[in-house]
Amino acid sequence: MSRLIRMDHSGHTTLAQWTADDPEATEAAVAAFRAELDRGYFGMVSTGEGQAEQVRELPLDAELVFMRLPISGG
Amino acid sequence: MACEPLPELEAVYWRPRVDERRLTRTGTLWTATTVAHVVPFLGAGVALVAVQPLALPVTLASFAHAWVIPELYAQRGANVVRPKPPRAPADAERASVGLLGDLVGHEARELHARCGLVLERGRLGVWLVGPAGALLVRHGGRRVLCWCVRVNDPDLPTGDRIAHLLLALRSDEEGFATVANLAFSGARWRVRRRLDRSVRPALDAAVAAAKALERPDGA
Repeated sequence: MSRLIRMDHSGHTTLAQWTADDPEATEAAVAAFRAELDRGYFGMVSTGEGQAEQVRELPLDAELVFMRLPISGG
Repeated sequence: MACEPLPELEAVYWRPRVDERRLTRTGTLWTATTVAHVVPFLGAGVALVAVQPLALPVTLASFAHAWVIPELYAQRGANVVRPKPPRAPADAERASVGLLGDLVGHEARELHARCGLVLERGRLGVWLVGPAGALLVRHGGRRVLCWCVRVNDPDLPTGDRIAHLLLALRSDEEGFATVANLAFSGARWRVRRRLDRSVRPALDAAVAAAKALERPDGA
């Protein structure tokens, strides 16, 4: 089961869960992912130890997809 | 690290991208600046007392300036990881720390529980990432750079704030260092003694990791 997670004020919120063989859940996850991009979040996936990658489309085969906010110098 | 640059770089388009060579040059410039601050005060103090021994109080004041100015810079660096009380509710803090724990290994998880910073090995050195800033211990462990960097929502739980920074760092380390504001670069010992006591073990662990880290140029 793959999950789309937004890191927010609650600690984190699971926005969607899907499996490859469930088209409805997949569609809902893609819609949730795009909605978060529109809100200014960036999609991120871990790609190995100490590595991550920004994604512009929901990677359906990823186990965990994070939505993060922009960073800036303090 | 992945090759796609951080999108946040568009907001600081005028900054040259940080890399190994630029960091080394930055360190040299900081050292030269420190010397330029200290030497004139020391020299003036020695000259004054040599010319007129009654000017000893002025000499001492001059020496004090030579000591205080580098200390203030080091303090500014240490402040980027100064522990602050969390603003988020306790359950949100717990949830965020749980998610952060899933992102890092056992060693980093244990260090975060003790010191509030996450240790992350990179190509530029070893990072200690906190909720509102990061330290970079360079290869060999002698120089520390202090970066002011944060996610643009101060009310997020601390674990989440670190996780946002950590994911950005992992996706583009050099871009992360470019977006962040450099607060200090200097000797490890100067930063360490200005750090909160609870944070010092994290710096010690990062220095040990940096000593074991292979330099990108193989030296």
